[in-house]
Amino acid sequence: MKNQLLKFNSSYLHQAASVVGSKERQGPLGEKFDSFSEDDRFGQDTWEKAETEMVKRTVEALIQKSEIEWDDIDAFAGGDLLDQCIATSHAMNNNGVPYLGLYGACSTAAEGLIIGSLLAEKGFTVGTVASSHFCSAERQYRFPLEYGSQRTPTAQNTVTGCGSFLLNSKKSDVRVKEAIIGRIQDNGISDANNMGAAMATAAIDTILRYFKKTGRTEKDFDIIATGDLGQEGLELGKEYAKSLGLILGSNYVDCGMLIYDLKTQEVGAGGSGCGCSASVFAAEIYPKIKNGEYKNALLIGTGALLSPKSIIQNKIIPSVAHLVCFERV
Amino acid sequence: MEFDILMLLKAFLVGGALCLIAQILIDKTKLTPAYILVGYVCSGVLLNAVGIYPKLIKWAGAGATVPLTGFGNTLAEGVKEAIKKDGAFGILYGGISATAAGITAAILFGLLWSLLFKSKNK
Amino acid sequence: MSRELYKFCLFVQIISAEWGDFLNRQEYIEFAESRAKRTTSLKNCIWAFVVGGFICVIGQLLVYAYMNVVKEEKTAYSLTSVTLVFLSGLLTGIGRFDKLASRAGAGTLVPITGFANAVASPAIEAKSEGYIKGVAAQMFVIAGPVIVYGSASSVIYGIIYYISMKIAGQI
Repeated sequence: MKNQLLKFNSSYLHQAASVVGSKERQGPLGEKFDSFSEDDRFGQDTWEKAETEMVKRTVEALIQKSEIEWDDIDAFAGGDLLDQCIATSHAMNNNGVPYLGLYGACSTAAEGLIIGSLLAEKGFTVGTVASSHFCSAERQYRFPLEYGSQRTPTAQNTVTGCGSFLLNSKKSDVRVKEAIIGRIQDNGISDANNMGAAMATAAIDTILRYFKKTGRTEKDFDIIATGDLGQEGLELGKEYAKSLGLILGSNYVDCGMLIYDLKTQEVGAGGSGCGCSASVFAAEIYPKIKNGEYKNALLIGTGALLSPKSIIQNKIIPSVAHLVCFERV
Repeated sequence: MEFDILMLLKAFLVGGALCLIAQILIDKTKLTPAYILVGYVCSGVLLNAVGIYPKLIKWAGAGATVPLTGFGNTLAEGVKEAIKKDGAFGILYGGISATAAGITAAILFGLLWSLLFKSKNK
Repeated sequence: MSRELYKFCLFVQIISAEWGDFLNRQEYIEFAESRAKRTTSLKNCIWAFVVGGFICVIGQLLVYAYMNVVKEEKTAYSLTSVTLVFLSGLLTGIGRFDKLASRAGAGTLVPITGFANAVASPAIEAKSEGYIKGVAAQMFVIAGPVIVYGSASSVIYGIIYYISMKIAGQI
């Protein structure tokens, strides 16, 4: 079956934690993150170590908030944007927990939630984590930080942030109801400064597949949140969806636009990166599902699966979007 | 060379215009800054070859030498002088030797800055 | 195929969840590019012109200053370049250059300041990989092409110049 829907019976999102950098703290959601670092180096001497430290802090915050011990966790799944997910691997070093490394670019948070739910279904207590850091991503994908360059308005700003989630089969407020695994799409866009346009069709494709499969419509959800399409991708996606007969209304938002104030923060079209959807979902959407403000919510993690080499080779950007459906029990 | 306020104005206009052309190219075409820089250096060599650039330097001074086209011009100028002095062998060393001061300075200072500084919070 | 028909086919393909090569990529790219906001060009151009011009004025003032010390004009111009390389490297180091450049664009890129920044910024950045494999190896990762094609074009010009001089009998 090409279009298989994953249905969960006993997967619950038990807790979420987030840690961000200074710019995200100054954004509209600033107060809601569990903690932040004024110094984006997180007290470390390299940007890669900074990201590792951020992941460590988030995971520790998660464990503290969930009131459990490291030993209670059966597995951890997570990833980041760096080559071979090195930031997360280092953060998971020596904690004794079985670990699955994930790479889904900016869709890693949703990918983690899907893997986590599957394991929770089997009775596991699972942690997932997704992180990105502006400085380490910038030096890997674009230019050195001090290099003077102008960004095009469609370019997005990598979020310095990390979100972590705890899933298990013990009944709690937020249930993971269904999920759809995205399929790789390429729509011809090869401009790394317009990732929103590259991911928009993948997001709409996944949403349409989900609606088709379940018979639900956009009206059945209090919030439909895409990961990091940014302003450009959000608008493109809306127009593209419209041409396919799907009208997305005001309940459709994008995490990349929620995390920053696009007018004042000079972030181009919005936020991007694994940490974008992870931290926004952990700090903004998850609490609102938990307190009952949202009864049904969709998270569509969007990922532009490019690499530093593929950018230079001007390759088309393959994109993917994973959908997870949450329900307030 | 006497101080000349008009010269400053000319430097401003020529330097500004060269930057303006590059900005328009960046905004309106798909050329990235790396291509612009390479293009500017090569056009500097070309403009020297056809004899325009030395005249421009005479007219606008630093307005013509500071932009990267000036770097290309120095390369071409160096080659010509080296050929006059050493014949065919000059083809090989003329360009770089004329620009050696700038390149070495960039390398040396680059090392110095890397010793002194770290990249900052963005 | 008319646009409406094309959209209909698209829709049918999606709702039937059959995946063909449904998306007209060329059309999508054109659509995405046509709506992508380009940089506000006039403002950029003014910034580039003013900052670029201003840097050259500083250059000219430096030339005048150096002419008091050295005799040859050529040396004064060289020293000016070296000074500008120094200053923009310093600005890069204290984390100011990129802020100026994000406004000035080509205004800081085209003068020798852009070259200096392109050398200094990877050098500073690569410190975390050490001084051999990091700083030294990465230093020309952006500015390298300028040197490569600059010297290559000077050699090509040299060959042409040499031959034409030979033919004219001046060498």
